[in-house]
This record gives sequence, structure tokens and C-alpha cells, in this order.
Amino acid sequence: MFDNLSQKLDKAFKTLKGQGRITEINVATTAKEIRKALIDADVNYKVAKSVTDDIKEIALGREVLISVSPGQLLVKITHEELTKLMGGEKQEISLKGDPSVILIAGLQGSGKTTFSGKLAAYIKKQNRNVLLVACDVYRPAAIDQLKVLGEQVGVEVYTEPDNKKPVEISKNAIEYAKKNNKKVVIIDTAGRLAIDEQMMNEIAEVKKAIQPSETLFVVDSMTGQDAVNTAKAFNDRINFDGVVLTKLDGDTRGGAAISIRAVVEKPIKFISTGEKMDALDVFYPERMASRILGMGDVVSLVERA
Amino acid sequence: EKTKTSFFSKLSKAVLGKTQVDDEVLDNLEEVLVTSDVGIETTLKIIGRIQDRASKDKYVSTSELNTILKEEIAALLVGDTVPDSKEFEIPETGGLPYVIMVVGVNGVGKTTTIGKLASHYHKNGKKVVLGAADTFRAAAVEQLELWGKRVGVPVISHGMNTDPAAVAFDAVKQAVDMKADVVIIDTAGRLHTKVNLMNELSKIKRVIQKFIPEAPHDVMLVLDGSTGQNAVIQAREFTKATEVTSLAITKLDGTAKGGVVIGISDQFQIPVRYIGVGEKMEDLQVFNKHEFVDSLFENAN
Ligand SMILES: Nc1nc2c(ncn2[C@@H]2O[C@H](COP(=O)(O)OP(=O)(O)OP(=O)(O)O)[C@@H](O)[C@H]2O)c(=O)[nH]1
Ligand SMILES: Nc1nc2c(ncn2[C@@H]2O[C@H](COP(=O)(O)OP(=O)(O)OP(=O)(O)O)[C@@H](O)[C@H]2O)c(=O)[nH]1
Ligand SMILES: [Mg+2]
Ligand SMILES: [Mg+2]
Repeated sequence: MFDNLSQKLDKAFKTLKGQGRITEINVATTAKEIRKALIDADVNYKVAKSVTDDIKEIALGREVLISVSPGQLLVKITHEELTKLMGGEKQEISLKGDPSVILIAGLQGSGKTTFSGKLAAYIKKQNRNVLLVACDVYRPAAIDQLKVLGEQVGVEVYTEPDNKKPVEISKNAIEYAKKNNKKVVIIDTAGRLAIDEQMMNEIAEVKKAIQPSETLFVVDSMTGQDAVNTAKAFNDRINFDGVVLTKLDGDTRGGAAISIRAVVEKPIKFISTGEKMDALDVFYPERMASRILGMGDVVSLVERA
Repeated sequence: EKTKTSFFSKLSKAVLGKTQVDDEVLDNLEEVLVTSDVGIETTLKIIGRIQDRASKDKYVSTSELNTILKEEIAALLVGDTVPDSKEFEIPETGGLPYVIMVVGVNGVGKTTTIGKLASHYHKNGKKVVLGAADTFRAAAVEQLELWGKRVGVPVISHGMNTDPAAVAFDAVKQAVDMKADVVIIDTAGRLHTKVNLMNELSKIKRVIQKFIPEAPHDVMLVLDGSTGQNAVIQAREFTKATEVTSLAITKLDGTAKGGVVIGISDQFQIPVRYIGVGEKMEDLQVFNKHEFVDSLFENAN
């Protein structure tokens, strides 16, 4: 099902063999193949369309550069474009304030709690005193889950098991942090749907109350076409600072990474690559582009083109 | 409802009085299907069928077109056209408990679906036992135990970091002893790329079979409705490891459409049994093909 893109392009170019030049016609044919490949990788339909339109333009403009097969050039251009789309300056998370507060948000089951534990471990390694805060008052055993992870990474977890008000819990936690010399506070929240008004109000209120220096949106890298809607809706309400892509240890192509970047101008700051507490990585746009295109061999291809 | 008709009116405007369904309409249809995660391949298959029928019949009216379209999509979904009942029924197993083993990748909603299922069966007067065979994820056992308490059914567990197959065996054994009607085994989320974890599923299954040879009667693969094309690979790999016999699609209360299941059901011939539409006990519904197909066209314009 997921043919390698270059194979697909080769197929598209078969009928055009011998043509060393990129013409409008063969660009259009192959652009269609690229679009299909992007959609197969879960890049949003509209985003895939606009990306391939851009690629078409660039390809036609670069006519003179053609020295090898046009298929390879197109792959190279596509790879470059995707990298550019997801890239930009690398941005660290902001640890301003005393304590600095990091708010974690996202859909149900995306990996927020697991990531909170990992981030705590990551920051602790920088010799900062971290506090995890359990603000998911809904999911059965959500507090226990965070407690277990906190124990695993050796970070204290602040909980108020009988309090059902996340705004209060988070404010109290920050007070607690101030009194106990905690320098970074990481707040895990319940999963919520972007269309759940009440729950979206809740997270907006938490954010307003605690003024975090960093708000991270956690998204499952297996997400399909809906990634754009969710990312946009969360961004509209909580204006997050960065994205965390999870479950990249699987074989998902991860087209959501492009979709999200296309609708919100926010960098992907971390990737999550496993269930263990050390499975956290920084994001490399170029690798992600290769992954989305389903081509491990893109580097050599690009060098030849 | 207003938005629903606008897609079809557009569709029919481009079709009515024409001898062929034109490209613009098909592009529009393609967009609706692809943005529902139906996937390019299945989308082209559906469009191909529509084209065939439109060219054969020469003239297609609005209502005919709508019907054809929905029929063609529904035809790809395995199972009865209309579920014969809205009840949660358990097939006859000759006195032994009906064993359901629930599998899937991380965070899709396995444990929650089990809690909801248990609640439905329990309400129908069935004796339910749950097996906490996710002994890996932090607080997974506690989570299932809380569901058990909420529903009012026993949960068999050996605590965290114990052998999941042993838990499953024990759960089935105790269910037999208690003369339970149904036992549902929760398993840890696992990505299908992890060979060891996939083998563990086969092992759990084998161990259960030592006790009841025809068990598990149902291996239910839970898919997150917001997952894209990776769900196809999940279905393929889990089927290889455990012979999946039914599907549940969760989180359809969100804006994602879960269209990927159409291709999956078609390709692997597995029926979709349930859909999850929320986090509460009652938020599980018996899958209805026609409602599902209709939902793909909601808000389409
Ligand atoms: N393989 C893999 N599993 C992950 C990763 N991140 C999280 N998980 C797993 O995904 C599942 C859900 O993770 P959680 O951290 O509970 O997700 P959540 O967003 O907190 O979920 P809710 O609080 O219910 O909304 C768990 O089984 C985690 O172990 C990852 O990067 N890779
Ligand atoms: N909105 C919504 N949320 C759901 C639905 N089903 C499950 N969830 C939520 O999704 C999250 C993950 O659900 P779990 O049941 O823990 O998922 P799981 O597959 O058991 O996860 P792991 O055991 O960690 O692999 C929880 O926050 C659930 O409340 C659903 O149908 N709709
Ligand atoms: Mg959580
Ligand atoms: Mg679970």
C-alpha cells in the first residue's frame, strides 16, 4: 500500500522516458503522485494540495537545473519544501519565571502524562528542581499514573485527590513550589476534545490563572486528517508555544507534523519515541520529511540530484 | 442538517441532466472521503464504482446518486446492514464464559471500552469478569479496577509488572468458577512494530486456550477514530498476531470521522462492532453502517 514515493514517481515518468526536461505536463502528472503520497502519509488533503502546487511552481522555475532525471529532482524539491515547512529556527522551551510553569494539553490518549514524566526527567537532568502536578481530575487513576511516573524519574508529584478544580489545584501547586524551592512546575491536564466547550474553557482558565512560560500541545503522530482541526482549535483557545509529537517509535508516516505546521505557526519542540521515561528526542525537520515521504534513501537521492 | 444537504445538492447539480458524472463532482467527493481518513486507495475504489454505475445507467437523479453513493460505501463495511438489535448480546457458548480479549496500540481507548462494555453487559443482567492483563503501563491495573468498581463487576489482577498471560489465565479460570457469562481481558497498549510485545499477545491467547480451547471467542481490536492510514497497518499486524475478529472505533464524539475503517473492514473482512462516543460508561454504541456513512457527509459542503 505504501509504495516508496520514488517508485511511484518512476511509474509516473515511465511514459515520459527520454525527456530530460521538466515540462508542465509531466510536472502535473508527478505532482499528482506526490500529492497522493502525502495524503497516504496523512498530510491533510488541503495542505497536500497547496504543498504540491508550490512544488509545481518551484519545479518549473528550476528547469535549467536539470541534469539527472526529473523524478529525482522533484523528490529533492519536495523533500526540501517539507523540511522548510516544518523547520525554521530550533526553539528551546522557555523556562522563564520563578518557578517557571509548563502547561501540557492535548486530546485523550495522545501521551500527555507520559510526556510530562519524560519532560520532568529531562529538566531534572539539567539540575533544576522540578515539580509535577496532577490536574487530570477525570480519568480513572490519572493521578496514580502520574505518581508512578514521578517516582520512576525521582520527581515529586503534587496532588489534591479530593479537589475537582484544576484551576485551584494548579494555583496551589505553584504556591507549594515557591515554598519548597521548586524551580520548574509541569502541569499534566486531562485529555479533551477541541469541540468540548466546557473542557476547552477549563484549560483556557487554567492557562489564564497560572500564566505558564511554556504551553505544549501534545499530539499523537498517528493522527489523520483531523490533526488540522484539533491543532487550530487548541491554538485558538490556549495559544500554545510548541508541539510534542508522540509515538514516533511506530511506523506511522506522521503527516500530521506538516498539517499542524501549515495551520499554526508553532514549532515542534519534542518527539516522543517510546513508553519509557528516557524516550524523548528533539525534532529534526529533515528526518521527518524523509519519513513522511517514506524514503530512507532520500539523502543519497538528494546528493545525486 | 442544512450543511448535509449542501454537499449533496452540489453533487447532484453537477450530475443532473448529464450523461456522466463530471470531474469536479468527483474531486469534491474525493475531498469529502479523503478528509474523513478513508484513504486514497479506498476513495478511488469508491469513485470508480460510482463512475461505473453512472456511465452504465447514463442518467442518475439526485436521490439515486445519494443512494448509490451510500450503498457503495456501506457495501465495503462487513456485517449486517442493520444490526438486528441495539442490545449488547453474547453468543451462546455452551455454559462456559464468552471470552473477549481486547487489543490495540497505545492510548486508543481499550480500557475505557472494556469498562463501557462491562457496564452494558452488566445492565443486561450478565455476569461479567474483567482481567487486568495490562501489567505494564503506569497505574493500568488501578484504572481497570476503578472501572470495575464503577460498574460493579469483579476485576482479576495480580498487580503491576506480573505476567500478563498468567493474569489472563486466572481471569478465565475464575470466570468459569464463578459461572460468569463473559470475561473481558484488558491488555497493554503496544505498537505493532514491537515484535516481542506482539508475540506476548499470541502467548496470552495460547494460555487462555489451555483452559477453554475455543477461546478467546472474540479478539477485539480497538482503533482510535482519529488515527489516519496507520490504522490499516495496525489491523494487518494485529490480525497476523491474534486473528482479530471484531473492531471497535473510539473517540467518534470528536471531529474525526474514522473513515479509515471502511478500507480496513473491506480488506480484512472484519466487522465493526462498536463505536466509542465519549468517556462515560454509557458512551458506547452498537455500530450502524448507515449512520456511520451518513456521518461522513455531515458538514460537507
Ligand atoms: N509507543 C509509545 N507509546 C507512548 C508514547 N507516549 C505515550 N505512550 C503510551 O500511550 C498511552 C497513552 O499515554 P498517556 O500518557 O496516558 O496519554 P494521555 O494523553 O495522558 O492520556 P489521557 O490523560 O487519557 O488523555 C500509554 O500507553 C503510554 O504508555 C510514545 O512515544 N510511544
Ligand atoms: N472522547 C473520547 N475519549 C475516549 C473514548 N474512549 C476512550 N477515551 C479516552 O481516551 C483516553 C485513553 O483511553 P484508555 O482506555 O486508557 O486507552 P487504552 O487503549 O487502554 O490505553 P493504554 O492502555 O495506555 O494503551 C482516556 O482519557 C479515555 O477517557 C471515546 O470514545 N471518546
Ligand atoms: Mg493523562
Ligand atoms: Mg489501557
